[in-house]
Amino acid sequence: MNQITLVSRRSFVLGTGGLAALLALPQAASANEWQAALEGLVGTSSPAEGRVDLAMPEIAENGNVVPFDVTVDSPMTDADYVKAVHVVATGNPTPGVASYMMSPGMGEATVSSRMRLGKTQEVIAVAEMSDGSVYGVTTTVKVTIGGCGG
Amino acid sequence: MAAKPRVKAPKSAAAGEIVTIKTLVRHAMETGQRKDADGNKIPRDIIHTFVCTVNGKEVLRSNWESAVSANPYLAFPLKIDETSEVVFSWTDDQGETVSTKKTITVA
Repeated sequence: MNQITLVSRRSFVLGTGGLAALLALPQAASANEWQAALEGLVGTSSPAEGRVDLAMPEIAENGNVVPFDVTVDSPMTDADYVKAVHVVATGNPTPGVASYMMSPGMGEATVSSRMRLGKTQEVIAVAEMSDGSVYGVTTTVKVTIGGCGG
Repeated sequence: MAAKPRVKAPKSAAAGEIVTIKTLVRHAMETGQRKDADGNKIPRDIIHTFVCTVNGKEVLRSNWESAVSANPYLAFPLKIDETSEVVFSWTDDQGETVSTKKTITVA
């Protein structure tokens, strides 16, 4: 009798686990997915540290609208400028957020926008320089209400 | 995406001055992840490309994914060397493009 109870409890737990997995759709990208996305953008998933600043709130109450500023330390001259900045949200169903193809005509390498975050996660900003070097930075954002709809 | 985009830019600048441009365009930026009341997926409809040209020369091009918030806001600097006609355009998944133009005068 005791054993029967045990078994049924286990199957109950397994059953709810499966259900939870189904309800969790859309699933967040796995580590491989965002790394693949980053590699597809800049050719490496481990950029050098420094030169890039990603300013975001530490805690985002509403994941639908999370402001961000990316600033890259660059003179933005014809000889030395930022070719592109990419933003990747590691925990979103589609990890890519936006790419900005820049030019010296901007004068400064900075952009501000707003993104959606599905859950608490790390956000990565990488910069491709005109000399081919790649720099990146990672910021963690806590999300109270996710922004991927339902 | 018929609504006219809003762009804030100065009317004039000193030669070589770096000015800040702020843009806002109305768009639902439907992610393709959401479902309607009947459980059918709502197809993705986002603005995927933004381009800014100065006197016909492309200065900033941006590719957006579904993680860009609804009614996309974008602010960026421009270095103004001469009187410039600045054109901003946004293109969405329906193939629709909206554009707007600003002139920044260098005295």
